[in-house]
Amino acid sequence: MVESEEIRIGVYVCHCGLNIASVVDINKVIEEVSKVPNVVVAKEYQFMCSQPGQNMIIEDIKQRHLNRVVVAACSPRMHEPTFQKAVEEGGLNPYLFEMANIREHCSWVHEKEKDAATDKAIKLVNAAIAKARLLKPLNVEKVKVIPKALVIGGGIAGIRASLDIANAGFQVHLVETRPSIGGNMARLDKTFPTLDCSQCILTPLMVEVSRHPNIILRTYTDVVDISGSVGNFKVKLLKKPRYVDATKCTGCGVCVTKCPWTAPSEFELGLGKRKAIYFEFPQAVPLIPVIDPEHCMYFQKGTCRACERFCPTKAIDFNQKPEEVELEVGVIILATGYSLYDVAKTMPEYGYRKYKDVITGLELERLVSASGPTKGHIVRPSDGKEPKKVAIILCVGSRDEKHLRYCCRFGCVAGIKHAYYIVSYIPDAEVYICYRDIRTFGKGYEEFYERIRNYENVKFIRGSPMEILQDADGSLYFDVFDANTNRVVTLRPDLVVLETGVVPHTTFKELAKLLKCSIGPDGFALELHPKLRPTETSVDGVFLAGAVQGPKDIPDTVAQAGAAASSAIALMSKGYVETVPYVASINEDLCSGCGICQPLCAFDAISLVKKEDGKQVASVDISKCKGCGVCAAACPSGAAQQLGFSDDQILAMVRALTR
Amino acid sequence: MVENFEPNIVVFACNWCSYAGIDLAGTSRVQYPHNLKVIRVMCSGRINPVYILEALANGADGVLVTGCHPGDCHYISGNYKTRKRMLLLDKLLEQFGIEKGRVRLEWISAPEGERFANIAKEFVEQIKKLGPNRIAEKLKEEVEVV
Amino acid sequence: MNKPKLAIIPGANCAGCDYSLLDLGEKIIEVLMSVEVAYWPTAVDLKLEDLERLPDGSIDIVLFEGAVNNDETKEMAKLARRKAKNLIAFGACACFGGIPGLANFASKDGLLQKAYVKSLSTINQQGTVPCKLTRLDGEELTIPELLETVKSLNQVVDVDYYLPGCPPPLKLVDEVLTAALSGKLPPKGTVFGSMKSVCDECKHIREEKRITEIKRYHQSIPDPEKCLLEQGIICMGPATRGGCDAVCLTVNVPCRGCMGPTPESQDQGARMLSALSSVIGLEVETGMSDEEIRKIILQIKDPLGIFYRYSLPRSILRRVWGVRE
Repeated sequence: MVESEEIRIGVYVCHCGLNIASVVDINKVIEEVSKVPNVVVAKEYQFMCSQPGQNMIIEDIKQRHLNRVVVAACSPRMHEPTFQKAVEEGGLNPYLFEMANIREHCSWVHEKEKDAATDKAIKLVNAAIAKARLLKPLNVEKVKVIPKALVIGGGIAGIRASLDIANAGFQVHLVETRPSIGGNMARLDKTFPTLDCSQCILTPLMVEVSRHPNIILRTYTDVVDISGSVGNFKVKLLKKPRYVDATKCTGCGVCVTKCPWTAPSEFELGLGKRKAIYFEFPQAVPLIPVIDPEHCMYFQKGTCRACERFCPTKAIDFNQKPEEVELEVGVIILATGYSLYDVAKTMPEYGYRKYKDVITGLELERLVSASGPTKGHIVRPSDGKEPKKVAIILCVGSRDEKHLRYCCRFGCVAGIKHAYYIVSYIPDAEVYICYRDIRTFGKGYEEFYERIRNYENVKFIRGSPMEILQDADGSLYFDVFDANTNRVVTLRPDLVVLETGVVPHTTFKELAKLLKCSIGPDGFALELHPKLRPTETSVDGVFLAGAVQGPKDIPDTVAQAGAAASSAIALMSKGYVETVPYVASINEDLCSGCGICQPLCAFDAISLVKKEDGKQVASVDISKCKGCGVCAAACPSGAAQQLGFSDDQILAMVRALTR
Repeated sequence: MVENFEPNIVVFACNWCSYAGIDLAGTSRVQYPHNLKVIRVMCSGRINPVYILEALANGADGVLVTGCHPGDCHYISGNYKTRKRMLLLDKLLEQFGIEKGRVRLEWISAPEGERFANIAKEFVEQIKKLGPNRIAEKLKEEVEVV
Repeated sequence: MNKPKLAIIPGANCAGCDYSLLDLGEKIIEVLMSVEVAYWPTAVDLKLEDLERLPDGSIDIVLFEGAVNNDETKEMAKLARRKAKNLIAFGACACFGGIPGLANFASKDGLLQKAYVKSLSTINQQGTVPCKLTRLDGEELTIPELLETVKSLNQVVDVDYYLPGCPPPLKLVDEVLTAALSGKLPPKGTVFGSMKSVCDECKHIREEKRITEIKRYHQSIPDPEKCLLEQGIICMGPATRGGCDAVCLTVNVPCRGCMGPTPESQDQGARMLSALSSVIGLEVETGMSDEEIRKIILQIKDPLGIFYRYSLPRSILRRVWGVRE
């Protein structure tokens, strides 16, 4: 469009039947706006949004050579797209259109003040004309989406999301930092409220992942860098050395049997031991062992090499080095899950790690597990005896202003399940559940709670212990004020189980930084909208699955993983993303690269770049820009503008309304 | 109070929450004074204090800035910028000798149509009490060369 | 061939702009040799009558220094316009009111009261303040009367060019004079200076603008390598037109804004207010109550004084509107 082109505006005032016309004097509006400079056509019609109404616009654009269109009718939130389409059909750029809202903002709210409403309508139309004069054509660009996904985290969320995407026919790179996928769910013995065996429902999915032709499983691998934006993310991975050649290893496990060196098992949370070469757990996927150089005698002292000697396929490779892998993907799913709140450090009053017989709920899961360190026998870590009196403390760190303000969302039902474990494995045991509130919102949870609550040897105490103490004989005791009976109860349990709060996984913060996606005040990933867009992030093309967004139980995690996957699939099958028209734009002749705008962008769309002359200017990545205009409003020089909402356009409206 | 004074009030509204809320006042036919005229922006974070000063210099008797409630911003944190700017602008306007209350910030969410109408009524009353903004007239007297 | 005529006409000025001319060094001789000075009270013994006698529009270059603050400077401004072929607003005061423009913080009466009666170092029991007309021994004495509002030159007369700065940067003074003397002046309305803000010329390294604390300049010795604003020191650089080579910054002093607003800025102060308030407390803004965030924001104690130090008369609101003394 040539700058000097004469501005020819067509103004169309809608009656909306009687909705507008019964209050606003349409003829007077037409009469007034006809006098406004640049207005070459001013017409009224019963229903502008109808086909004849739209045709009026289309015809006038063609015959009267209009180059701007103003429609005074309902809310732009209602019919702006309708009229933009008509304007486009007339042969104009659809953004050379402005709407004046004289229905919702005028006739409907000033029904009894007809003159005033008419005056206001005239002002509103004038403001729209003032803006229309300054409108410029805008473009929506299409950015191609690479039809590959990266899923970060191989817990149940990452597994479910990967399978869903892979089943839809797209390639998935599933990255897991640990040697095996499975995540926290693999540690659980049973899942509430149905009490089905966790491994039994999880391991088939793990195997499916490993066999799926569309899934490239990248375990024992870290994400070290991410750049680019939706459709075209460049990802750098670091594959840590297992010292085992995965192409040769059959997973027979001879090396593990032969290895003479041991270390505390990460998977068993330190309750059991593993070898220096180990499978993370018996059902690990992939079933390839890892050498832990810290405990391997060969790495420490240069001797041993037992694993190498006994390996039937010569798969041991002590010379393996970390390997960088670069990927290009269109979408990313974050499924990094949670870590347990570090109660040893933050809540010394509970004596976790100080007293051997204070354990976490997750540790109890390992004690109950048939493949766990005690082969499924619930015993006290201190002396290996069966506990007869067990205290389960809920909300440890959760819903606590000094610790985590939020609810962990599964502690209550997990605690109830743990009570069930104890009384079903040790029928003569007594269990005390110290709780603040019992929250059983999930499907079947309340019923499960009711069932356990009716057990005679499971007692519920409403209160949290102040401090867990140890007697001279080594036994534990604590006082708790039971708000149900208004009495202080002293308990002397053999075993204390802490249902600890949860925090984002330790790897999450770094990842969020790499991705530039927002973190909420609780430290978890911030979703784009708490209700309507719970799986999306501030970064387009990055989706959330599971506890990375906030504490979640398994059903919710799986549901969200599916939702994240379907969002990812939708993007990839469409094949492109459209930029928003109202993006920020930097006038490089004016921008001095002061850097005010850059940290303000919630979508990381602004970067400061060095030009050939060495001078710094701000630059907008329009594939990331969402068109809020925060940068433009903060720009101290006026170099940053928001297209479609530029300073001159808004100021023109201000002046028109205050004239 | 000035007789028959009908204030002219400029309203800035973000597209997602406040504009929708103001629309809802319309669809629910909640009546409120005609003095308010809305300018739509995508986010309250787009509103530059320059616009507010320009409105006042042009004789707007009041300016109402509206945005999503904290935490609800369609663009995650645009309204937090608005809040900070308005706080400092308040201080500036006080220094400029503009009566407190001519410029106001309100968070209006999409379902708060009725609340908007109430704010509108109350704001118009408040501006009526403050009387007309004479800056534009006085500025006109000052201008000798355009 | 007749030499071009040059006049330098003072308004409400401090003569600092004259010094900037002298800062041309030996070049001033060259300049003075190539022009005929028609009026320059600071340097040349010519009277106002000499100026008035010249035909209208006969002075090729008129540099007007200072703001317009009373009926005398207003007359001078009109005279300058009448006589000038090219009228150049010379220095921050002529361009946008400058330091004298800070008088717009108060009403005329408030200003006189403060200056002549109420200041701590003044004893003036009768409360005598200057007034336009004084009768003494049958004589009538008049002095210029203050305007209610201090103005920039272009708020009184039509201006052809602008050279901001307090004082105008040497490089630009040279540029203006060279252009004017060689008859190669740019289009009317041009502001001499950069299109970009001071940051463009500033050598301090900019990393990320996340400001948590505002520091007064005297409270710390800023790191001379890093952006002052990022160190919490209010620097007007981002909102101020460049062209000064960021001289203040080269000695680690924050920009005060004397080059005035950037080309697309409607209001230097409001722009800076918006920029600065946006980046303060960025880390904590979402978790804070209104009260908490207000405390952080109101570390900026005097937005009007800081952000409008040189440009108040040319700002959107131009002056303070309530009664202040």
